[in-house]
Formats: sequence, C-alpha cells, structure tokens
Amino acid sequence: MSQPFPFSAIVGQDEMKLALLIAAVDPTIGGVLVFGDRGTGKSTAVRALAALLPPMRVVAGCRYGCDPAADGKWCEECRARVTAGTLKAPYKSRQAPVPVVDLPLGATEDRVVGALDLERALTQGVKAFEPGLLARAHRGFLYIDEVNLLEDHLVDLLLDVAASGENVVEREGLSVRHPARFVLVGSGNPEEGELRPQLLDRFGLSVEVRTPMDLPTRVEVVRRRDDYEHDPDAFVAKWKKDDGKLRRKIETGRTRLASVKVPDAAIQCAAELCLALGTDGLRGELTLIRAARALAALDGDAVVGDAHLRRVAPTALRHRLRRNPLDDSGSSTRVDRALRELFGA
Amino acid sequence: MNAGTQAETSPWSDAVLAAALFAVDPAGTVGVSLRALAGPARDAWIAVLREFLSPAIPVRRVPLNIADGRLLGGLDLAATLEAGRPIADRGILVEADGGVVLLAMAERLTPSTAARLTAVLDTGEVALQRDGIALTSPARFGMVLLDEGMAGDERPPEALRDRAAFHLDLTRISLRDVVAAGPTPESVAAARVRLPNVRASAALVEAFCSAALALGIESLRVPLLALRVARAAGALAGRDSVSDEDAALAARLVLGPRATQIPAPPPESEAEDPSEERPSEKEPPDAAAGEPSPDETSIDAERALDDVVLEAAQAAIPADLLAQLRLGTGGAASAQSAGRAGVSRQTAARGRPVGVRRGLPRSGVRLNVIETLRAAAPWQRIRRGARGDAGQTEGMPRRIEVRGDDFHVTRFKQRTGTTTIFVVDASGSSALHRLAEVKGAVELLLADCYVRRDSVALLSFRGRGAELLLPPTRSLVRAKRSLAGLPGGGGTPLAAGIDAAASLADAVRRRGQTPVVVLLTDGRANIAADGTGGRGQAEAEARIAARSMRAAGFTVLLVDTSPRPQEAARQLAAEMGASYLPLPHAGSAAITGAVLASAGPSARATRVR
Repeated sequence: MSQPFPFSAIVGQDEMKLALLIAAVDPTIGGVLVFGDRGTGKSTAVRALAALLPPMRVVAGCRYGCDPAADGKWCEECRARVTAGTLKAPYKSRQAPVPVVDLPLGATEDRVVGALDLERALTQGVKAFEPGLLARAHRGFLYIDEVNLLEDHLVDLLLDVAASGENVVEREGLSVRHPARFVLVGSGNPEEGELRPQLLDRFGLSVEVRTPMDLPTRVEVVRRRDDYEHDPDAFVAKWKKDDGKLRRKIETGRTRLASVKVPDAAIQCAAELCLALGTDGLRGELTLIRAARALAALDGDAVVGDAHLRRVAPTALRHRLRRNPLDDSGSSTRVDRALRELFGA
Repeated sequence: MNAGTQAETSPWSDAVLAAALFAVDPAGTVGVSLRALAGPARDAWIAVLREFLSPAIPVRRVPLNIADGRLLGGLDLAATLEAGRPIADRGILVEADGGVVLLAMAERLTPSTAARLTAVLDTGEVALQRDGIALTSPARFGMVLLDEGMAGDERPPEALRDRAAFHLDLTRISLRDVVAAGPTPESVAAARVRLPNVRASAALVEAFCSAALALGIESLRVPLLALRVARAAGALAGRDSVSDEDAALAARLVLGPRATQIPAPPPESEAEDPSEERPSEKEPPDAAAGEPSPDETSIDAERALDDVVLEAAQAAIPADLLAQLRLGTGGAASAQSAGRAGVSRQTAARGRPVGVRRGLPRSGVRLNVIETLRAAAPWQRIRRGARGDAGQTEGMPRRIEVRGDDFHVTRFKQRTGTTTIFVVDASGSSALHRLAEVKGAVELLLADCYVRRDSVALLSFRGRGAELLLPPTRSLVRAKRSLAGLPGGGGTPLAAGIDAAASLADAVRRRGQTPVVVLLTDGRANIAADGTGGRGQAEAEARIAARSMRAAGFTVLLVDTSPRPQEAARQLAAEMGASYLPLPHAGSAAITGAVLASAGPSARATRVR
C-alpha cells in the first residue's frame, strides 16, 4: 500500500505505541515484540512507524547505509574508499529515510543475508554480491510478522547477526562482511505457537495487545479504518499534523537522550524490581534502565524517576519471568504486584 | 433483484447472495469460508460464483501444501537456464490479482501457509524475497476457503476465517434446494462499477459494532467486513447509499454465523453454559442487548437501526450454537490450538516436507534436486569461466556444474503421537452413581484411541491415594482388563489424583508425545494429601494441584460424573484451564465426542479461562 495508515490515528494500544517510540529514540533497546489478539493493528502500527521516523544521513555512494558521523563502524567498502583516497573527510552524505524492512515468512536464506547478484552473474558472468534484507535494515527496523512461525534456520541466522551487529557471508569465493545493526520488531499471535527463548530474549521490550471491548473505542477503530480505506490520501493528510508532532518528539528525544541522568536510586530500584521478580540475567535490568531513560527523554524530563520506571517495567520485564507453577497469574499481573510492593500502591 | 426480500431466504438463496456480494467486491469482503464436502452442492455454488465473476477476472485454485515457490513466486529455473538471465516465476497469488483464489482443503492449511496468505491479504501485495529475487507485485484478491472439515472443530485456520466476510455452510443443502435464482451476472457487474460511490451512514458503523459485541464477536475486523458487505449490498440493489435492508442483509450474512452468545439470556440452560467464564460475557454488553421489543423500536432512529441489525443477525445464528457452547467445542472466537494432538516435531527424513534449507545431504537428510539446481543456476557462467574455455571445446553437451555450496536439503515435519491419560475417580461418592457409565465411556474412547494408534494410560484415585493402573500402552486388551477390574469405594483424594496425572503427563511429554488428560470426577474432594479426612483442606489442595496442572499447559477435559452438575467440578475445571463436560447431559457417546473434539488429530479444545 502506498500510503500507510498514520501512526497517530491508531486508537488506543498505548503500550504498543510507547514501546515503538522508545525503540525509535534508543535503538540499543534491542527490539520490540508485539503479541496478542488478531486484528488489533499490530502490523499496522509497525508499518506506520516508517512514515513517522525522521530521516537519517548516509555516506554518499554507500550501499550499506553507513553513518557519516560514525566512521569507526563503517562497512568494508567505505573503508576501502578511504584507504584509496576516493572518500575524504568531510564526507559527502545524502539524506535517506530510516529503513523499516519487512522480512516476509516465505523469504529464502539468500535474500535475507544477501547472495550472488543473479542478474550480473547470469548475463555478464560477474561474481558480485547483492546485499540482502539484513543490509537494507541496517540502522533501521527489521519487521517480522508472525515471528513465531519463522523457520528455525532463519531464526538462527537472525540471532547470530543481532548479537554481533555484523552479517558475514562466505560462499564460494564470495566473502563479504558488513554492519547490520537493526531494531528487531516481531509480532504474532500466541495461539500459533511459542517463541524460542533465545529469540524472546533478544527483544528488549514486549507488549501484549488486546482487542478493546468497550463500544465507543470499537466504533472509533472501525470508523477510522473505514475512512482511511475510503480515501487514504485525505485521511493521511488529516493526521499529518499529529504525525509531525510525534516525529518532532522523537527527534528531540534522541538529542536529549545522552543528557538524561540516571540517578543511583533508579538503578537500585531497577535492581530490586528484577530481584523481586526473579528475572533471568542482567539484560532485564539493563533494558529497564535504558527504556526508562528513553521515556524520560521522550517526555522531556532531565532525570529518570520512579514514574518512568513504573511505566516501562511491564514492557521491559514481562517476557523475562520464569514460569511459576503455583502462581499462574499472567506475567503482567506479577510485574504489577512487584511494582506495588516496591513503590507502594 | 431485491437483496433483502424476506420470502426468499433459504440457506441456498443466502449462499447465492453471498456469492454475488463477494463477486461485487472480492478483495474488500476478503473471502468466503465455505463448509461443504466436495459434491454437487459445492460445485453448484462455485459455478454460480464463476458466473458472477466476469470472464476477465482471474480465478486460481491453490492446492494444499503448495510450495512457497509456486504460492509466492521465485526463480523460474527452466526459463532462467534457457534465457541465460534471471526470470522470475510469478506466484499463483500474483496471478490472481484482481480476482479470486480457491483454497482446497482449507481445514488442513498449516499456520505457516495461512500466515503467508494473511500477509498478502493485509498488504495487497506479494513481497517476494526468494532465490535471489526481490520483487513486490500487487496481489489484491478474494479467497474461497473450501472447508471439507467433518468434525465440529476441523476448520480452516482462524487467522483466515477471521478475515473472510462470509461463513457459509452447505453441508445440509441437498441438490433439491439448489435452484437457479438470484442476481444476474449483469447486475453484479453493474454493482462493481457502482460500489465506490455507495455511502454508509455513521450510525451504521455503530450499529454493526454494538451488534457484534452483543453477539460476543470479539474481532474488530467483523464490523468492518459487515460494513463493506452492506455497501456491496447497496450497490447490488442499485442504490447509492446503504439502506436498512442492506444493513440487515449484511448482519445476517456476516454477524449471524459468527455469534458466540445469544444476546437475550435464555432461561435455564444458560446456567450450565461453560463459556460463561469468558471475559466477554462477564461484562454483558448493555447497549444492544436489550430485547428488541417491537413497541419500543420506533422511538429513536438510531436505536431502530441497531435493532434491525441485531435482529437480522440473530435470525442467522446457527441453531446448534447453544449445544456447541455446552459441549465446549463451539465459540469460534475462543477456539485455541492448545489441544492440537501431537505436537509437530522436526525430523530428518520422515513426515510432511515443510521447507528447504541449504545444507549437505548427510545421513538421513534428503537432497532436494530442484532447489540445488536453482542455487547452482546463477553460477554456471562464472564456474565455466573459472575453468577456462577448455570445457566447451570438447564437444560434449554442456553440463550443469554443481558444487557443495549449492546443496539444498528438504526439511520434514512429523506429528508425534498422543497419549490419552484417563484419571478415574473411583471413590464411594462417584462409584455409587456413575462408575459403570464411566467405564462404558472409557471403553468407547479406548477403542477409538486404538484406531488412531494413540497410547492410553489409566490412573484411578480412591481411599488414600492415586494408583497407576496402566502405564501408557497401545494394548487395548490390557486397558480393558484393568478397567474392568477397577474397584470402587472410599474417600476422594482429588489432589493426589490430579498430581499423579500431572506427573504422568509430564513424563509423557518428555518422551516427545503429547498428553491429553481426561479427568472423570464429581470434584468433591475429602481426603487431604497426608491421608487425613476433611473437606476444607482437601479442596484447597485440589485447587493448588489444579493450578499447577494449568501452569504446565496440558490439555485437560474434566467430565463431571455427579448426577447433577456440580459447581465444585466446574470451578475445578476453570482452575486447571480444562474443558468441562457434565455427564448428565451426555451418555458415554457424548463423552467420546467431547474427548475427540479436544484430542482429535486436528481438533481444538475450548479452554475455560
């Protein structure tokens, strides 16, 4: 579809929207998982995000989208150009949209990691590398709908690249490595199957979405969808202002992020919360702090406080809890309970 | 043709009408879920649909287990080798752009295929990322899910059914009912032209939304689909705006068949309705649930429209809805796949092929020749070039050079077996009433498990603890013998029984089988774990045991064996997330049915949450 549904026109689902905005402000959060009922606008929200993201600068002539401001992390081609003297500081750059790349379920491995350039191999007999989806997603978002149905060997691949931030292709004389750092966004329906724990752990934030059950909200959802389908251009134009506001919020959030202070008390609080919930590993604490900091930056606050921690804790921690056979209450309830105990009602 | 004329509503005329409305806007109404065995009625319906679609509109049939390369597209190997440049094969979905796809045996579609389809349905295009080809092609089409399911829960994937506007059931239609009537292909074609200009009032959105809530339809896609169908109905009737008649027709066709509850609570029988616990029913939708009493309707125009819609939808609620709810197998929206028997396991060389990946054909892994050649194709020129031109001057036919890196192997998936664990309450309270009947039911089930090559195990609890009478086995004779010798009498150590069942189920799962627990009890615990009597302690322990059973995520069916359905048993079922079946409503045959519904090869269990 040429015109995606505007992000700000999505009714409700505040937790999901917040998680995506947090990831947009701080990509090191490590991804967002959206699990829940059918027809709740999971993929709509992710696709809408693309239109919302402020554009980025890219080194001119680089096909991997290297950041001109971070020459320590460049791809081999850019570095070779520097060595050869064809690329000199100040580096020429161009503006490019932040990529939000769809990884469709039927994708084959060669298209994901990149492979031999078919056209040139067949017509000219030239051995050249054609970058895949991972390269295209560099510095942006990689979106997998129905992530729990993704084939195992592709999941392995993704885990490997997500952990190292680099994609390595070694195949019959083709030897390519390029940076591939992206925010992994997955959505799915838990009824179709569970996610592998290793993959679950890669997602910094996880969101549960439910179908709204009150009539006014439902009417509003259907009405906006219908308006959008009737005349996408007019609908998008109507919401342009709100989307613009959100975009500026992301922009200022990003610039402010580095200066947001995380006091020791907040770190202490996060640690206690994770201890009380018995989350596995340190990643929970780290994500919790980072998400709280990104939220503070979004809200325009200079210091991370309890309110920030409270708001992001369910999203940052609910997928890291161990199953407790004697306590079958949902993980969201358990996080809420721990929050109440720690902060008081 | 008058879309909503009362006199001519028969199941067949509705089906024809649905076909016409679908043909007016295939991509907008998304689809038809057509439940019917292959036969004259289904053929007749498809013929009617084809007639409504003009000859220019593509209709493609998608076979079950279609490979990704054919469904979505990929590299056309033969053409590529021939032409010496990459040639993409358009997938079947791209070919169907602007038309209709027929999905054969849709009840057996895997979640993976369904997910590929939904991605295309939602975006209106195929994003091809295969075989070195990256291509986005438009693919807007409507689908017909040919559902040949026989059992109540053998259905196409919920993700697809949810998106399809029409749910038709032709199973009870005989050839006699099939009469030539309904809209003409010309009027359908005219409606297609008129459709973009058909207006719907804002009140209509509200009416569909509130009717959907009142009928217990959770998905938000449904009111939206009803709206589109109403527009199509308006267009078909030659109008420029949606009339009440069109709205009523849309409600009847789209909302009615999906109802999971009946708005005005019917007296009596509702009390045993196991779906009562579902969240949607805890807060009864007040707005639209009011009885559509005729003397009040004319006061407010909007209210009137609400009533028109709700009434029309109610008229189309399937007659057996209540019965289905009671059996715990109905409730389309709440069906879960948790009860799918036999978790699929990826294996090396047996089962159904589920995909291809790069890799060497080692022992037990099968080489996929086509995919290997596909991978090798682009390299041919390079490899020949690397060896110099020597190879070509020998006058030998050109060979395709395949290297180790090209090898692709096929991956297979295999269903593992199911072990049904019967847990029989043989205490005095149960034994007195029902033990004989329960034995009969279990015997029937055993016979069925035997037919399906499932294993069974038998546990009983009475007196001071639980006892494993029969470890998992496939021997029908042994099972029958140990059942016949089952003694009755004594107290009810329910917690011990549940715990024993849970640990056995866990052991079964560890062996790679899928356990299904069938618990036959009256739910009245009176012996605590330490062997002492006392109802309070025993019941508390039973609840804890039930919760840990639920946390472990086993599929459980609780059959209430007391003469009158017991609240205690029902609560226990809720605690362990089990399906609940009161025995008074059913003899042994009904138990068999319910177990099959929760344990059958492709069946699902509705869990009480």
